[in-house]
Amino acid sequence: MATPQYTGDALAPPLTSPLTNKTFARRMESALPYLLLLPSMLFMLIFFAWPMVQALILSVRTPDGAWTMQYLERMVRDVNFTDALRNTFLIILIAIPLQFAFAIAMGLLIQAKLKGSALFLYFWTIPLAVSDLAAGLVWLAVFSDRGFLNSVLRTTGIMPIAFSWLSYENYGTLLMAVVIAEVWRATAIVMVIVVAGLQLIPDDYLEAAEVFGATRWQRLWHVTLPMIRPSLQVALILRTILAFQVFAVVIALAGRAMPVLASEAYNRYAELNPNGAAVYALLILTISLVTTGVYLRLLRTSEAEMGR
Amino acid sequence: MSAQTKTMPRPLAPSEEMPLNAAANKPTFAKTLGRLALYAAAITISLFFLVPIYLIFISAFSPQQAIFAYPKSILPQTLTAETMLFFWNARGVQSALLNSIIVGILTLVFSLLVGAPAGYALARFFFRGRDSYKMLILTTRAFPIVILSIPLAVNYIQWNLYDTLWGVAFAHTAMALPTTILVTSSIFIGVSRELEEAAQTLGCNRAQAFIKVALPLALPGLAAAAIFTFVLSWNETFAATILTQRNRTLPALVLSQIADVGAPLPFRYAAGFFLIAPSLLYIFFMRRYLLGMWGQVVK
Repeated sequence: MATPQYTGDALAPPLTSPLTNKTFARRMESALPYLLLLPSMLFMLIFFAWPMVQALILSVRTPDGAWTMQYLERMVRDVNFTDALRNTFLIILIAIPLQFAFAIAMGLLIQAKLKGSALFLYFWTIPLAVSDLAAGLVWLAVFSDRGFLNSVLRTTGIMPIAFSWLSYENYGTLLMAVVIAEVWRATAIVMVIVVAGLQLIPDDYLEAAEVFGATRWQRLWHVTLPMIRPSLQVALILRTILAFQVFAVVIALAGRAMPVLASEAYNRYAELNPNGAAVYALLILTISLVTTGVYLRLLRTSEAEMGR
Repeated sequence: MSAQTKTMPRPLAPSEEMPLNAAANKPTFAKTLGRLALYAAAITISLFFLVPIYLIFISAFSPQQAIFAYPKSILPQTLTAETMLFFWNARGVQSALLNSIIVGILTLVFSLLVGAPAGYALARFFFRGRDSYKMLILTTRAFPIVILSIPLAVNYIQWNLYDTLWGVAFAHTAMALPTTILVTSSIFIGVSRELEEAAQTLGCNRAQAFIKVALPLALPGLAAAAIFTFVLSWNETFAATILTQRNRTLPALVLSQIADVGAPLPFRYAAGFFLIAPSLLYIFFMRRYLLGMWGQVVK
């Protein structure tokens, strides 16, 4: 299929000499990987790199083309700005450690080879394919005023008066509901990474530790966790980046009662203010990059401290 | 990566070492108790994941009065499709479902067409810039691509892509592409290079060797990667909402109904169940590939 193509090429040598033919084939061979990469490079340039530049431009330029800081100033002065920033960070600070603690515990449970562990694994991975919007709606059925939590609390007599878990006035329980929904949805992703990492640990490592008298905790702390550390680091960065975009789960559970950065971006956009929305996009972008940088730095230095 | 996992040398098969271990540590009372605690933990975690799904199921299949009833019973008196039908017949739902499927398929096709060649190049060739390209792909995953739909929407208006399914599919492809490239690359690493070379010595050219030998062997893995991409697109809410106005995908429609119109509870519950139902099936059929897929993705 490919051979006749060469003859049409201006660079193609005549097909007579086997030697030049060979050098041509070699040249094609060395160009081939770049040709294969080209579509993906172009695609990411148009749909990833350019929007990033565009976000920057929209943030600092009016539709008339004048440079301005007004969008930035308006964002910072907005009544919801500090709330949105605080809520986003609180969700991340509470949900991500919980996700990782649960994921490691669940991964170890799977490794303990319980009977029916395949079934457990199936149950625990169901949320892998559940969207954040659906996860929010699932927990809405639990936490809404006439939801199942209030129903159970009333029928068991624990709390006869219904409590508005998702009300603006009960910030603590609203935050808790969002965190629970996030933990419910995203722990599975981390767990799968943990399990995949655990399976790569050769059995002899743990056996050797056992032979030398390491207790279960020592084996976990000194063998298992260091071995899955690289996968955990990547997962930590990716989960945090995704959490800065937390949106649909909050809308589903809290509506407008709990502004987050992405929902503010959405609101500006819905108000036909793409510049205002772009400033938020730029903010999320900047926070994500700074966080990645901080993570990489922190994780590397602690690695040096551990002498590995 | 998965190939490595399989061929990793193990000193003994688990069945072989069993008698040794069993003789060494006889089950004591404390051990049995510890084992029971592990089962209790596993069952508690399972309930945490399953009970909410059960509750959204009975909510979606309760009559509308039962949804507003209080206190509700955990065991429903009647199950009916009334609420689900209310959702199904709500304005825009059926066309949004069709849109979601079309966007999912387009995303799947684009990301394989654009991503698989790059993955193949990474798997088969050592060339200058290979490591920097790989680094670039890994770094894009540290960017909040979903949020970029906002500036993208402004571009789309100029490019006549705003409020089109193509536009949403392109945005979803950009999100899926880094993962697709990395996953397809590890799939092709798993397909032996020697087989392709053998085909070439037997008279195939490079393209024929790829199509007749490597591709069929990689197909199951590629199919898994494709379904993964479809699910990503099916679930994506923010970009789909930003990039469309009338041609909503299902999550975009549901979200805008909730955020802008304040859709009633029966609509929300039915939508919640409708959105997660495919994922139950998906995880059930894909459970054998899950560990390999996600395990590879983070390497």
